[in-house]
Amino acid sequence: MTESTDLQVQDTEKREVAETGAERTRDRLAFVPRADVYETEEAIVVVADMPGVDENSVDITLEDNVLTINGLVELEQPEGQSLVYAEYRVGDFVRAFTLSDQIERDQIEATVKDGVLRLHLPKVEEVKTRRIPITAG
Amino acid sequence: MLMRPYAGWTSPWRDMERLRREMNRLFSDWPTQARWSAAPSYPAMNVWADEDSAIVTAELPGVLLEDLDISVEDDILTLRGNRQPDPVENATYHRRERRHGNFVRTLRVPFRVAGDKVDATFAKGVLKIVLPRAEEDKPKKIAVRAG
Repeated sequence: MTESTDLQVQDTEKREVAETGAERTRDRLAFVPRADVYETEEAIVVVADMPGVDENSVDITLEDNVLTINGLVELEQPEGQSLVYAEYRVGDFVRAFTLSDQIERDQIEATVKDGVLRLHLPKVEEVKTRRIPITAG
Repeated sequence: MLMRPYAGWTSPWRDMERLRREMNRLFSDWPTQARWSAAPSYPAMNVWADEDSAIVTAELPGVLLEDLDISVEDDILTLRGNRQPDPVENATYHRRERRHGNFVRTLRVPFRVAGDKVDATFAKGVLKIVLPRAEEDKPKKIAVRAG
């Protein structure tokens, strides 16, 4: 993991949330956060880039097997100054994932650090050890 | 030929309404005098300014403070850094959208900067650099004497 790559601006461009179905109640731009989702023996881990979000401004819900992440970003306007040049827009972050495995709901851990949300979703015991018995025919 | 009799009447209005809403959303929170541009390289930057200083902001989620290097020379701001990959072992990726790697970005600000007074803060993955205008670059007020 030591290869030196260059970060490309197009790889990090913010994608706006498409307005489909239910409309958001907050009249704000919303973006889809870039995310990694990976699975280990014990858990599913979701890592999402949400600059401007901290532990107090993120809301995570798990309903049935749909995980929804909502990060609210406050627009900061420096006093007395005006925006003279802009390359990116600021808005909330919204994204939903459908989880395939059963999750231990009481043991979900979430942390936010440096604008990155990390969600640790432990799998339920029976999913972890579920084996399909094969009988000789 | 199949005709929907009212389509011609309703859809343009709906489109107009949608467009109006889009425009409102685009500009509701932002000052409209800003010049929009595509970032030439990572990271994208926004610049706020008044006569005496400029504030440059950039979104750098997951970048560590010690991996950031900011330098200023005259009116050129240079930002170098590295976003490190997550140390993940024995995992199967379902989705991989977050990128890592090196970056160098330069930006010309509209005035010469007092390099020794530059202040930068990095919180919640958002970098904010305050660039005060150099004293000798500020416009001089010329007193007018009554003749």
